[in-house]
Amino acid sequence: MSGNTSAHSVVEPGRAVKWIAGIAVVGYALVSMIPLFWIFVTGLKTPPDSISYPPKIVFQPSLEGYCNLFTTRTRQTPEYIASLPPATEVCDEITRGRNMVIAGPSNYVPRFVNSVVVAFGSTFLAVALGTLSAYGFSRFKVPLADDLLFFILSTRMMPPIAVAIPIYLMYRELGLSDTAVGMILLYTAVNVSLAVWLLKGFIDEIPREYEEAAMIDGYTRLQAFWKVVLPQAATGIAATAIFCLIFAWNEYAFAVLLTSGSAQTAPPFIPTIIGEGGMDWPAVGAGTTIFLVPILVFTILLRKHLLRGITFGAVRK
Amino acid sequence: MSDTPVSRLATRAAAATPQPIARKVRGLSDRAIAWLFIAPTIVLLLAINIFPLIWTIRLSFTNYRANRPNAAVENVGIENYARILGDEDVWIAMQATAQFVFWTILLQTVIGFALAWLVDRKFRGHAFWTTIILIPMMLSPAVVGNFWRFLYQPQIGLFNYIVSFFTGADPSSFEMLGSVELAPWAIVIVDTWMWAPYVMLICLAGLRSIPDYIYEAAEVDRASPWRQFWTITVPMAAPFIMLAVLFRGIENFKMFDMVNLLTGGGPGSTTEVASITLKREAFEKWRTGFSSAFAIILFVAVFGLANIYVKALNRVKSR
Repeated sequence: MSGNTSAHSVVEPGRAVKWIAGIAVVGYALVSMIPLFWIFVTGLKTPPDSISYPPKIVFQPSLEGYCNLFTTRTRQTPEYIASLPPATEVCDEITRGRNMVIAGPSNYVPRFVNSVVVAFGSTFLAVALGTLSAYGFSRFKVPLADDLLFFILSTRMMPPIAVAIPIYLMYRELGLSDTAVGMILLYTAVNVSLAVWLLKGFIDEIPREYEEAAMIDGYTRLQAFWKVVLPQAATGIAATAIFCLIFAWNEYAFAVLLTSGSAQTAPPFIPTIIGEGGMDWPAVGAGTTIFLVPILVFTILLRKHLLRGITFGAVRK
Repeated sequence: MSDTPVSRLATRAAAATPQPIARKVRGLSDRAIAWLFIAPTIVLLLAINIFPLIWTIRLSFTNYRANRPNAAVENVGIENYARILGDEDVWIAMQATAQFVFWTILLQTVIGFALAWLVDRKFRGHAFWTTIILIPMMLSPAVVGNFWRFLYQPQIGLFNYIVSFFTGADPSSFEMLGSVELAPWAIVIVDTWMWAPYVMLICLAGLRSIPDYIYEAAEVDRASPWRQFWTITVPMAAPFIMLAVLFRGIENFKMFDMVNLLTGGGPGSTTEVASITLKREAFEKWRTGFSSAFAIILFVAVFGLANIYVKALNRVKSR
């Protein structure tokens, strides 16, 4: 890869080619951003603005979508609303303007919290188990290592729905249905295969001499692992963690089939946000925007490690 | 720590194996550590993947229904499998899946490879724009797919507006999600939007792995850029392209979230891919035994096709 950037290379593309390539790529990037831009913009519209035709690019921004996302409302007569003391909060005021009053909080916050708990819990476990296994496979002669590694990878080939049937039955027996613990265990199992493969690649690249030197200095194997290998593998562990987090954050199939209420995460919940007379698109836009922000941040943090993560390390850079 | 059963086991294991000098220090033997480190992962996978898989196989030979846990369960032999192979709905689903996989992979590969080639021209700011292009694939297919439902609304949706703006067609004259002809394409468009960047990323790695001196030699031989592209770039990047096709193929074969949210399998059964059929059989009709058999058939199909494909991939790699 390093040779490609030489300024005197014979194959350096010409100016015209660079310009055309640049315009094409920027054009693609901008077009592919339209849906995301529209999600964000819709979150700031009023429901009537969101469904006007032609679609409104210029509009008066409103917090109505966000208010509707976080509250449940009941319809009241204008007389009743007029009899109330003046609204003190923005959402209260907006809601009364629609002849409704806020009845209570919506389920978005608990569902979002479930997403955070399940995603971070399973990521922590998957990375912890994955790091140990990766070290085991990287440094020791494990009988049938190749078969075990392939077995670990092959668990990803099963369609989630196919696994969901027996998991559903098993969880029902064990009382794990619709619990955060059940979802954490499930996502850990799905993610651990990725974690083992990625981390094995990272740990393979740390020279064994480091640990051996530490052990000659009197460290035990475990101390050497803890004090020498782990710090060296830190960036790899962080990258792996973000991949696991992204998967667990985005997962839908298991979530929709195995959770119904208390442990439900945001992906199955967002499509169920309904207002008066159909989908409340500004609220959906608001909920989607909030849900996507963490992933946008992670993508930017992750960009250097992306390739390895999505290919299980099968492609080396 | 010295009293735990694990460490006693470890000491025994340590006594049994001769130790290199560096490792003959205090603590657990290497072999014990190796197993201690690997075992939790294996146990978890056995519990959450292999045990359920075996359970699925067992259920696939019964007429069990998960919504009637107390009803008598009968062994029906291979009846479920026989019925699946003769079931018209299943074949329609397989056909829909095959078409879906074919078109998404074709489009994603062409667009992804083209993007990779363009990005590899290293124009100013290419790193920044690459990151922007990658954003869709990092998002939740369900959450974003749900919003695409809004973009596809015939009366109010942005997609129909843009298409009618450029083609002059009446925006409410075509319903992307409601028409038999267009619904499969609506899903293909969203899937391509999400995953072409993924193919781009892998192809980019392929293009960057081609050493410069090959192009320099071609330049000396006065090979035209077109000829260089077809005799150097494409063949050298082929293993990477094939890898991308493998990964996308497996994923799209299993595709559930986007289809479930965009069309739910409809209109009619035009977009009813295998995972949707499976969900309907297992969690709506509660034919657990039947759907287990279908799940096994799907798994064997993915596994078999992937294996054949990997063999082909290795041949291309070693060429």
